[in-house]
Amino acid sequence: MHEYPITEQIIKICSQHCAEAKADKVVSVSLVVGDYSGCVGESIQMYFDIISEGTPCESAKLKIKRVKPKLKCPACGEFFERAPMSFACPKCGVDGEPTEIGKEFYIEEIEVE
Amino acid sequence: MHDIRKLNVMENVMDENDHIAEHVREHMGAHGVLIVNEMGAPGVGKTTTLKNIIERLQIAKPFVIEGDIESDLDTKDLNSLGIAAYQINTFGACHLDAPMIDHKIDEMDFDLEDKERGILFIENIGNLVCPAEFTIGEHVLMLIATVTEGSDKPYKYPLAFEKADIILINKVDLIPYLDFDEEFFMKGVRALNKTAPVFKVSGKTGEGYAEVAAWLEGRAAALDIHEHHHGHGDDEHHHHHHE
Ligand SMILES: Nc1nc2c(ncn2[C@@H]2O[C@H](COP(=O)(O)OP(=O)(O)O)[C@@H](O)[C@H]2O)c(=O)[nH]1
Ligand SMILES: [Mg+2]
Ligand SMILES: [Zn+2]
Repeated sequence: MHEYPITEQIIKICSQHCAEAKADKVVSVSLVVGDYSGCVGESIQMYFDIISEGTPCESAKLKIKRVKPKLKCPACGEFFERAPMSFACPKCGVDGEPTEIGKEFYIEEIEVE
Repeated sequence: MHDIRKLNVMENVMDENDHIAEHVREHMGAHGVLIVNEMGAPGVGKTTTLKNIIERLQIAKPFVIEGDIESDLDTKDLNSLGIAAYQINTFGACHLDAPMIDHKIDEMDFDLEDKERGILFIENIGNLVCPAEFTIGEHVLMLIATVTEGSDKPYKYPLAFEKADIILINKVDLIPYLDFDEEFFMKGVRALNKTAPVFKVSGKTGEGYAEVAAWLEGRAAALDIHEHHHGHGDDEHHHHHHE
């Protein structure tokens, strides 16, 4: 139940961009969401449909691109998705370090008409 | 006028929350109040930990905001001990956010003497996932883990361990009855976080909390108190900023 304020924010940003472009309505919204922004669940389209009623985003389609978190190996530089219960680099076995990959949460583009 | 056009947006959804959080952090820091965001799963001893730390503060004046989905039991409990605790109920939401804290702080009275320091403890909603993703204006993110939850917590909830500024391992009085693998736990912690100090504590015996209180008071003493100016200043107390 954190989707509500987040969805409101998404609609606000998209409506602003739509107005600035002097368009009438938003047709689609492309969101990039890292898995560590777990706050965006399956139910977001449902919230979006309800909250967007009466806004330029009404009946817009949400396209969500998920990004899997990656660690970076400090020894060999490899970026990798970790195995469960381990942070070890698949190439050399050294524990990887956190990166920004997987923490994204932004609106990439919208389509308007 | 019915052509479909693509607009490049590239805007972070959390920008507004992060902006308010930055304001709260700067504003309270300038007034000598260190904000501690306390997170941990339900029942790990977040409220017990607050009481234990507050009892052991030597110089800083404590304040508390209790986040809870709907009850105010912990707040009543703290108030009955003479601790200035305020309640935020999220009515379903699984984490606090910066606007909630910004509003609550407006209602509170931080009556500090000249140069006196305060520590505002904010007990977040019991949950290891969402609170790690929402900054609420804290200077210090304090993570409470326990020996009873098992040694694999860093591997299951890496973001919480990555973002923590200080980590407490609570309920160490129960170690004799459990098979907590401290080495495996610490290996996971250090893969994710090279700098956060880790303190072993017990809410039952009180061990370890004097050191935690001293560490927090050190952070409070290091705040740069100055006349509040509007706008958003520098970022020096803001660790682990992910954008
Ligand atoms: N044995 C033991 N029990 C503890 C310890 N700390 C807290 N508890 C108990 O754990 C339960 C949950 O504590 P509480 O502070 O309410 O957890 P919160 O939900 O995280 O705020 C209570 O029954 C506490 O008495 C500890 O260090 N050792
Ligand atoms: Mg509690
Ligand atoms: Zn490697």
